[in-house]
Amino acid sequence: MTAIISISNLSKTYANGYQALKNVSLDIQSGEILALLGPNGAGKTTLISIVCGIVNATGGKVTVAGRDIVQDYRLTRSLIGLVPQELTLGAFDRVWNTLCFSRGLFGKKPDRAYLEQVLRDLSLWDKKDSMLMALSGGMKRRVLIGKALAHEPRILFLDEPTAGVDVELRKDMWALVRQLQASGVTIILTTHYIEEAEAIADRVGVINHGELLLVDDKQALMHKLGKRQLLIEIETPLAEMPAALADRPLELSADGRTLIYTYDPHRPQTGIDELLQALRDAGLTIKDVLSTKTSLEEIFVNLVQAKP
Amino acid sequence: MNSYAIRVIYKYEMLRAWETLAQSFASPVISTALYFVVFGSAIGSRIQHIEGVPYGLFIVPGLMMLALLTQSIANASFGIFFPRFTGTIYELLSAPVSFVEILIGYVGAAASKSFIIGLIILATAGFFVPLQIAHPVWMLTFLLLTCISFSLFGFIIGLWATNFEKLQLIPMLVITPLVFLGGSFYSVNMLPPAWQTVSLFNPVVYLISGFRWSFFEVADVDVGLSLAMVLGFLGLCLAVVWWMFRTGYRLKQ
Repeated sequence: MTAIISISNLSKTYANGYQALKNVSLDIQSGEILALLGPNGAGKTTLISIVCGIVNATGGKVTVAGRDIVQDYRLTRSLIGLVPQELTLGAFDRVWNTLCFSRGLFGKKPDRAYLEQVLRDLSLWDKKDSMLMALSGGMKRRVLIGKALAHEPRILFLDEPTAGVDVELRKDMWALVRQLQASGVTIILTTHYIEEAEAIADRVGVINHGELLLVDDKQALMHKLGKRQLLIEIETPLAEMPAALADRPLELSADGRTLIYTYDPHRPQTGIDELLQALRDAGLTIKDVLSTKTSLEEIFVNLVQAKP
Repeated sequence: MNSYAIRVIYKYEMLRAWETLAQSFASPVISTALYFVVFGSAIGSRIQHIEGVPYGLFIVPGLMMLALLTQSIANASFGIFFPRFTGTIYELLSAPVSFVEILIGYVGAAASKSFIIGLIILATAGFFVPLQIAHPVWMLTFLLLTCISFSLFGFIIGLWATNFEKLQLIPMLVITPLVFLGGSFYSVNMLPPAWQTVSLFNPVVYLISGFRWSFFEVADVDVGLSLAMVLGFLGLCLAVVWWMFRTGYRLKQ
């Protein structure tokens, strides 16, 4: 795979002195789904806005398909579709007209058949003559996606596409994203829903305070940072940790009924067998055992908290 | 040149006028008709001819200018302010369009609308007074130049304004007084000499004077000076817009 977007040492300081991005470098591969994860105000939207040409960078360089986004803005912008975070639509437009507008704005000649297909794929064809203000929030979101796809972009930016969207529509959105990927579109989405990144992304980037903390393959990230915990419920509650177990990576729950053992599943020796033996030797009766996997959410929280 | 973009912006803006037909075209026609009823018929019948032109006829160019200036500014300023206000400007900024193309689309549409309104008002005036136009080509030239330059001015206001109040501020506090005091309803020569001198600092005087000359060959100032003033104003607006685009003023952070 080749990098379709290459960001190097990108920084942005707003007029009020706020530094939204600090030397961010990132390569986005053609055809992948990259999720940019970060809390509110982390710099996700600023990053997207610079690549799309809405905000001027203070420093650094961005190329799209090998071309500079400032010098070759006509070419780079024509390859990109953007679905903004807010439901920004002209209230008095109609669905069909607004898609035609977007297509023309991006320099593409009218193509009724293509736009019809876009609307059908988004289940909006029967709403094509509706006023935008008459649509529900979910439909408006889909119209925004339709507008972004109207000029057949090769890259799609989705800025928090499922913020405030119900579960069913979120699933539909994920299916649509996968379908777009299958047709060869590179997708960059920002989200603060970790489950979203976990469900659809190929790679995950974590941004906080304008810094890109890491970018990695989703599976590798979870493999690298994912710890497991073994929750051992015991028959008789303990007031404190028995002295014989004190040197192990064990915690006692507040109610004294559960021992929590944290381990790395990728090590050759997890120490579970030994631990269970030690528990029996200490005279404890095991009632139940449960193993849990660290979710991307916990990985994320750990990363964000590690760098205040 | 992204001609498709210019076309869709232009079409979008014209469609907006079409969908609000009453507001866009009917209201200037009604207000002009009211001016004719009040000034042309009721009061005008008791006023002597001004420089050989019956009063009802004399006010036609001034009334057209009044409508053209306010409509050009209103259309162009709203056209660019509204996307900024709703946030849909993101699409314009992320599209492969140059600022020149954006300008041609928005200002072109606003100027076209005012041009049409100007012609409609002229036709409306024809119902009240027998029209006479001495220099039709010059009349259309002044009409077109005024529409373009004040649409540009409106575009600047639409970029500058940060709220709806500011959008109304300049048209109400600056333009309307300048037009009323610029000889729309009287000849500057009718004023005491001191006020005649003061009037010469009002740029709208030149506009109305030149336009009136194209109708009746009657002018307060030399027609060449009028034309120079219109072109000068056009150039000034273009320079300001160029600076705004170059710096990304109120558009890009």
